[in-house]
Formats: sequence, C-alpha cells, structure tokens
Amino acid sequence: MTRDAMRHVYGWLLLTPAAILLVAFTHYPTVATVLDSLYSKGSAIRPSRFVGLGQYAQLADDPIFWKVLANNAWFALGTIPASVALAIAMALLVNRALPGRALVRMAYFTPTILPMIAVANIWLFFYTPDIGLIDQVLSVFGLPGHNWLGDTATVLPAIIAMTIWKEAGFFMIFYLAALQNIPPELGEAARLEGASRWTYFRRVLFPLLMPTTLFVLINAVLNSFKLVDHLFVLTKGGPDNASNLLLYYIFESAFSYFDTNYAATLTVVLLALLAVLALAQFFALDRRIHYW
Amino acid sequence: MFHAVKKALLGAGVAAALAGMSAAADAKTELTMYYPVAVGGPLTKIVDGMVADFEKANPDIDVNAIYAGNYNDARIKALAALKSGQPAQLSVMFSIDIYELIEQDAIVAFDDIVKTDEEKAWLDSFYPTLMQNGRTAGKTWGIPFQRSTIVMYYNKDMFRAAGLDPEKAPATWDDLVAAAGKLTKADGSQWGLMIPSTGYPYWMFGALAMQNDQVLMNGAGNETYFDAPATVGALRFWKDLGSKHHVMPEGTIEWGTLRKNFLEGKTAIMWHSTGNLTAVKKGATFDFGVAMLPANKRRGTPTGGGNFYIFKKTTPAERTAAMKLIRFMTSPERAAQWSMATGYMGVSPAAYETAALKDYVKTFPYAAVARDQLKYATAELSTFQTGRVRKALDDAIQAALTGAKTPEAALKEAQATAERFLKPYM
Repeated sequence: MTRDAMRHVYGWLLLTPAAILLVAFTHYPTVATVLDSLYSKGSAIRPSRFVGLGQYAQLADDPIFWKVLANNAWFALGTIPASVALAIAMALLVNRALPGRALVRMAYFTPTILPMIAVANIWLFFYTPDIGLIDQVLSVFGLPGHNWLGDTATVLPAIIAMTIWKEAGFFMIFYLAALQNIPPELGEAARLEGASRWTYFRRVLFPLLMPTTLFVLINAVLNSFKLVDHLFVLTKGGPDNASNLLLYYIFESAFSYFDTNYAATLTVVLLALLAVLALAQFFALDRRIHYW
Repeated sequence: MFHAVKKALLGAGVAAALAGMSAAADAKTELTMYYPVAVGGPLTKIVDGMVADFEKANPDIDVNAIYAGNYNDARIKALAALKSGQPAQLSVMFSIDIYELIEQDAIVAFDDIVKTDEEKAWLDSFYPTLMQNGRTAGKTWGIPFQRSTIVMYYNKDMFRAAGLDPEKAPATWDDLVAAAGKLTKADGSQWGLMIPSTGYPYWMFGALAMQNDQVLMNGAGNETYFDAPATVGALRFWKDLGSKHHVMPEGTIEWGTLRKNFLEGKTAIMWHSTGNLTAVKKGATFDFGVAMLPANKRRGTPTGGGNFYIFKKTTPAERTAAMKLIRFMTSPERAAQWSMATGYMGVSPAAYETAALKDYVKTFPYAAVARDQLKYATAELSTFQTGRVRKALDDAIQAALTGAKTPEAALKEAQATAERFLKPYM
C-alpha cells in the first residue's frame, strides 16, 4: 500500500466512530421513518403493505392533524416571543449591580432545572379549580374561580404561560453570558454622546446580542415542537384536542393506537417542518446579524 | 488496557458459566410480569408483598414483578419488551386491551392452557360480569385481577348540613339533581357533584349510558352505538348537570385531582373508581358514604380495571408457572386481601365468603357496594382499534361538556369516526 492510501485509511478510521453514531442514531432512523410512512398499519393478522402516499392522503383528511398543527402554531407564537423578551429583560436586570444578585439569578434559573413532569404536577394544582393556587388568590380579591384546564378557550393559554415560566430562565443564561462579553466602553461612549438608555439598548446592545438571539430562537422553535411532557400530566391533549400538540399526537398514534406507520407519517411532516423553520431562520436572520 | 478487557471478559464468562450451572441445578422458572397502578395509594408495595408470598410458597419459580406506570404505560412497556425479544411471560394490563392484544397475536387464550377439569372449572369461578371484557370469540383471554366499578362517594356531613338524609344516597337521576342542587353553594365554594371527564371520560359515560339503558358497543367489538337516542340523552344529562342545573362545574373535571377535591370538601358527591375506596377512607376527615350509582331507566356502571394475560411467546414450563402465579393472585384469600388493601373488588364470589373479607364488610359495609352493583354492570368500552374508537368518544364527550358542540353533533361525529375504523372488522 502506498503512503497516500494509508493516509486515507487512517483518516477514515478516525471518522468511523462518529460516522457510526451518526448513521445509527440519525440517518438510519430518518430513512426508516420515511420508508415506514409509505406502508399501511400492520398486525399479526393483517400484514402491512405498501400504500405509497396513502398515509399522507389520510393525514390531509384528518381533522385532528390540522387541529394539532394549528395548536402548535399558536403554542409557538405564544411561547417564543414572550419567553425571549422575558429572558432579555431578566438578563438585563441581573446583569447590573443588585443586592442579592446571585439569589435573584438562581430564582430565575430554578424553573429550568426542574424536570418538566415535576413542573406540570406543580402547575396542575395551581390550575385546579377552586382549590388551586390561582383560584385561591383570585378568591381573595372576590373574583370567581375558573376551570383553567377544563375550558377549551383557556387550556392552551394556560399551558403557554407555564411553558414561558419554564423556558425564560434557560434563555436568560445565554443572554447573561452574551451581555458580559459586551465591552463596557460601548456603554460609556453612548453615555458621553448623550444617548438614552433605550437608544443604547436598541442601537447597540440588541444588535450585539443578535447572534445569541438567533441561537435562542432556533432552540425556542425546536422546543415548541419538542416539549410535550407536560401534556401527559396536565391534559392528555384535551379537552377535545384543544391542547393537543403534534408530538403528543405522534405518541398517541404510535402507542395508543399502535399505528406506527401513521406515526411515521406524522414524524416526516414534523421533520420537514422543523427543517424548513431552521433553514428559514438561518437565511433570514443570518444576513442581519453582526458577528463580532 | 488489554489486560483489563481480558480480565473483564474472563469474569463475565465465568459468571455466565456459573449462572448456567446453577440454572441447570435447580431449574428455576423465571417469570417477568408488568403491572399498572391507576389509582392513588401504595399499591406497588401490596403487589410486591403478594409476589413475595408466592415465591415463598413456590421456591422453584422466580417472579420479577415490574411496576409499569398507568394502564397505557404498562401496555406500551409489555409490547415493547415483546418486540425487543426480551418479553414478559405474563402481565396485568387494561381489560379493554384484549382486541388489540389478540390482533397483535401477543396473547394466548386460557382455554389452550388449562388441562384438567378442575382448571376448566376455575375459569368459571369468577363473577361473569367481570369476564365480559376478558372473553371474545368463544375463548377466555383475560383473568380478572384489579377490577373495579364506578361508585358514588358522598360527604355525609354536607348531607346533614343541607338537610338531606345521610343514610339515603340519591337513587335516581332526578334525586341526584335535587340533592346536588341543595348541596351546591351559590358562591362556588362547594359543588353538589363532580363526575371526572379527563383521563377516562368514556368510562364515566359508559355508566350514564347504561343507566339510560344503552350499551356502547357489541360483544364482538366491531360495532358502536354512540349516536343512539339513549346515548345522546345520557350525554345531554351529563352536560345539563353543569350548564342547566348548575350543580357541577362547567367544562371538564380533572380525574387526577378529583379525590383531593372531594377530601377538601369542594364537592359533596363524586363518582370515582372503587379502586379509590381505601385511599378515601384513609384521607377523609369527615363522615363519608359510598353508594351505587343512581338509575334513570335502570341502574348501571361499566366494570373497569386490569386483567391477567399470558403472552404467546412462552415455553410450556413458563405457562404452567404463570398459571400458578395467576391462580395464587386471584385465589379467594388473596383476592380478599387485595380488596381490603385497595378497594378493588374481590374477583370471585368465594372471595366474599372468606372470613377476612366477611369481617371487613361487617365493620365497613361500603366494601361490598361494588360487588352488589355488579348485577347491574356491563362491560367497559372495548372494540377493535380500541384506542382510536375510544378517543373519538372521549373527544365527543369533552366537546359537548365544554360547549364546543351539541351532544347530538358530537356523538354523530364520533359514531362516524368509529364506523370508519371498524369497517374492516365487520
């Protein structure tokens, strides 16, 4: 073997561990999912057979699918801007000299360390009509209680509020790190020039935070599709699918209905959706970002 | 590095050889069993205790009992284990999973395992109503274990305060509305009645429909009666409790927090599984009663809960051992012990003839309500494609209760959905 060939082999050998992991846990499952989505549901009595795009046609006719898709859009719209704005506000607050700063930072970060299931169990009792924390606080002011999770109009907002509470602290950490990397001279210069604090934030700080914002936005979008743990505890997608989200519907299809092929079809849709959203964010935002 | 690996491999080899030898020496049969817990209380400890007693009595059988979450989780875990090639030999799973398990070719009928006449007679020793969800196509697939019905828990102190007779629970729908009306306080601090509508809405609805003299499906599991006039009437009554009579909160009522609502005095009456009986008895700081559900055209409740299943991928020795375990767990003495510890039913008439349960019923008569109600009971909703069919009904119930759709429209839609899924099974 020539020396050149040896170097090739050596290179490939170095790549192999990573390649095996990537193929086994990313590429193969993706391809298998796409293939599965082309077959009908199988059981011991009724073997699965090739149906082409039949599952996708069924999907287009499935009112629950459209409902969970719309719910997911509202869930994303409700959680992402609010939690990012809150994260920036909290980061700005705890970045300043503040009595008990470490304590405040910890308080903001605590929801993030709690597992989602634990959070949902806590909030289940916040939202419980009459005996829940929220209704008890309301009753102090003489306001009537409300069945927060039992009303199709309030269940999704209730879940959005809980998710914002859970997520904002996590994003705050990234903004805090970014803020501490911004040279203080910029702030001093702005003050010398007589810029107001709002102008300083809008014209200097926020643009400098954009790389972090892109990262946080992508994470937030992914999370808005990925986070469904709380549904198991809080609502099981109910009432009448008012709080059902795409990933939970995939779980239901696969494990309640044993229709793994329909679940695969839904998964392909989810994958495509996430890919499009991530690409759009990169291309739309990347141009406006000032990396420094 | 190399030495460490070699040592480890050698160690593993020796251990495997030793394990193989000891297995050959006393030929222990190993059983893996998943079981679910759907109500509160330390039920895992009780099951583990019963399994330990079994192992003591049968030293040649090793039972690995694994708590697997709620009914859905238990089914998922058992079937996943089955697919991964490391299956359980038997499991307690939802009684209504029967059609799905048959269709997956996962379970074996007990008729194919029992040999002696005595064993065949054992199959008929349980309450027939409890067998309804375990029998189809002329065979027995599930043996009742943690079985329940829905009963009415009521707060006697509140009955007294409202001027009602605490020893007389409402026996008809009209009585129920009248009593609940008196028990509801206008400021919303106390409700007359709560029927849970998350988690298992179809189950509660099965009771209301039966009281209106209507079953929800046929015995072959391929037909549903969701849009029958009596079914619609039952759902309208449920909705009216909240929106017309104002004795129950509007919207859906959470299954998981309902017991706390009752124990904290937020509702005077709740409908819940008998599986909660012991937990309510321990948690109640007030005088409470338990009664059968009221009647409209008749009394009625679905049965509920979990059955024992034996999986198909088992050796004859494992099947024999599994049968032994199931017979032990459902024997009258054990069934009595289980019933007293949880509130679930004694699964056979003989269980209620044991001295222990007889004495218990004497000091705590409510332990027998579920049994007495059995003669009005019917099977729990269970069909082919049961997950989807059940979901269609659940969604319809919740849509009606939250006011999104009328009971007629919601149930008509559910029936259409169910028919679409059941068409291939006609």
